[in-house]
Amino acid sequence: MSTTYVGALELASGAVLVSAVMTLWLRQVRSIVSMLRLQGIALAAVALLLAIHEHDRGLLITAFLVLLVKGVVVPSLLRRVADLDSESRESAPLVNVSASLVFAAVLIVLSYVVGSRIIFLAPSAATHLTPIGIATVLVGYFMLVTRRRVVSKIVGLILVDNGIALVTFLLTAGVPLIVELGSSLDVLLVVVVLQFLILNMGRHLRTSEIADMKELHD
Amino acid sequence: MLCFYVLLVPAVMAIIAASFSWRAWIGWTSAGSSALILGLGLTLSVRTTLDAPVMALHGTLRADPLSAFMVLVIGTISLLATLFTPRTMRQEIEAGVTDVGRARHYAVLMQVFITCMLLAVLAANLGIMWVSIEATTIATTFLVGHRRTDEAFEASWKYIVLCSIGIALAFLGTVLVYYADLHVGAHHSTSLDWTSLMIVAHHLNPDVMRLAFALLVLGYGTKVGLVPMHSWLPDAHSQTPAPISALMSGVLLTVAFYALLRFRAIAEMALGAEFPRTLFLVVGLASLLLATALLIAQRDLKRMLAYSSIEHMGLLALGAAAGTPLAIGAVLLHILGHGITKSVLFLSSGEIAHNEGTTEIAKITGLLTRRPVLGGIFGFGLLALVGFPPFSIFVSELSMARAEVDVGLWWAVAISLVCLGVIFGAIGMHARQMLLGEPLVATAPVSTARSVAIPLVGALVTCALIGVLAWPLQSLLHSAAHVVAR
Repeated sequence: MSTTYVGALELASGAVLVSAVMTLWLRQVRSIVSMLRLQGIALAAVALLLAIHEHDRGLLITAFLVLLVKGVVVPSLLRRVADLDSESRESAPLVNVSASLVFAAVLIVLSYVVGSRIIFLAPSAATHLTPIGIATVLVGYFMLVTRRRVVSKIVGLILVDNGIALVTFLLTAGVPLIVELGSSLDVLLVVVVLQFLILNMGRHLRTSEIADMKELHD
Repeated sequence: MLCFYVLLVPAVMAIIAASFSWRAWIGWTSAGSSALILGLGLTLSVRTTLDAPVMALHGTLRADPLSAFMVLVIGTISLLATLFTPRTMRQEIEAGVTDVGRARHYAVLMQVFITCMLLAVLAANLGIMWVSIEATTIATTFLVGHRRTDEAFEASWKYIVLCSIGIALAFLGTVLVYYADLHVGAHHSTSLDWTSLMIVAHHLNPDVMRLAFALLVLGYGTKVGLVPMHSWLPDAHSQTPAPISALMSGVLLTVAFYALLRFRAIAEMALGAEFPRTLFLVVGLASLLLATALLIAQRDLKRMLAYSSIEHMGLLALGAAAGTPLAIGAVLLHILGHGITKSVLFLSSGEIAHNEGTTEIAKITGLLTRRPVLGGIFGFGLLALVGFPPFSIFVSELSMARAEVDVGLWWAVAISLVCLGVIFGAIGMHARQMLLGEPLVATAPVSTARSVAIPLVGALVTCALIGVLAWPLQSLLHSAAHVVAR
């Protein structure tokens, strides 16, 4: 196993997590979308490196698919939403930014604890990086829970999904191609539907925060 | 090829519905296609029970008795739901709630929804099963938002966000199962297949499987509507048109539960009975208690039915906790009985909502005197729901309780009986208000259209027959239960 391969894999996986943490720190919706684009590209790089290393043609196709869906299409869909309320910032997250960053650090430590319980089964350069994927998933959930704007919720959802994709690549070198195709299509459709909903929601729903949605309750 | 034809029917129907602008005949053809699915489901059931599992498309699709039973349930409920589609659309178009264009979207999405559910129960690969269950979320989001009001959009937003993040956990769980499976030497391309997983299930690493199964219960539990991930359910059920509420409550939830039944069998072999049992007990009892609490003070008719679905999903989880073949057989019978009963209730409540112009319980009174037939159907439906004999829910609840006592879970049975008693009181109180309360204005009784009465009465009679005569289903339930229980 060459050190270049390991180094490149570490760099690309690290980029996925760093961009996830950056989305917690950034406030402008547009910069957050750029971070997601970077994350999609880094994720595709991970898949590409593994595909070359394992000589896996299916994974090669997956890598291009990831680049297309997560690096290009999903960020541009989100861009349209961001343009819609361009001056919007996350006005009042339930947890402020510096506390969020501290919490993210806690989540990263936690994911190493969880990760050690699964890595031992097949230790390798790739599986040792799995906690990075778990941390990305947890940061995504944290964002979903603590941020109130509609756009931030979608970003959280995409972070969760990218994190799971990273875990999949690192742990098992990708799921069977047909499952990969299906799940990428699902993710893409979910983002399309969410975009449609945001663009078509009544004006007051669109501009308000999700916490204000309380027409339905018991 | 039988499995493939089952999928082909609703897929072709979706294309037909997409190619023509909405007319009532499209609705009736949809009902015909659902009847065809039901017929194919019966054929599949007979063939898989008497003979071996049926495969199609090089083993991509596979039907064992459990899948065949689920096809039967999906066929039955979609037949009921599609029979009401022409009527619902006509009423909505007349009321100006929807237009011809959206009626077309509705007809197409309904068929896509049915196709995805069928694919979920027929997929041999548990990854494909995940993909199809997630696809049902996407298809139904637009159906939840069908009325395009702020409430409908809010409900569909909550629905897709909560279900997608919930079910993402199930994907992570599936990946972990795959990882454990690869480690025991499975091949990449077949390793998420149900048959190959069951062969090696004994050897899967327990540490990894524990984490995987917990994620799967949380993830698919979201889609089932189990506490703590249930909050999308009442909103989504109360906003959709009645036929879709029936499909969602009757089969969407239970298709996700079907996924849990499969993974429970794998987890039981890898980890022993104790771990899956504990998880199912926790989510089952929590759902039951929450539903009980919220049913007491419920003010909205459709939300009342939605919380009752959470209650019944909790009961299914308790049955799965017992995990013996008797328990799983009862769980499956409960899936069918609850599906039919809840569809009858949602469809008749759609009719009530249309006539009364409201779903608020306090504003609906004296249904039995004003609309004797509709009120009677609704009343009998509620009796079936709370577990009165001869309806099949009585039989399945009794057998689940017996199976739970057999494995020493008598305390869980005691708790659930208390909950069922309270729910009986709560629903009885609401029903007395709606059915027997003094009518606000004295009017002559209004008759109910035959196209409404016949299918609903037929469904209730079927439900009672299933409860009384077990024989046509007995051997199917037996072999289906043995697929996932020892």
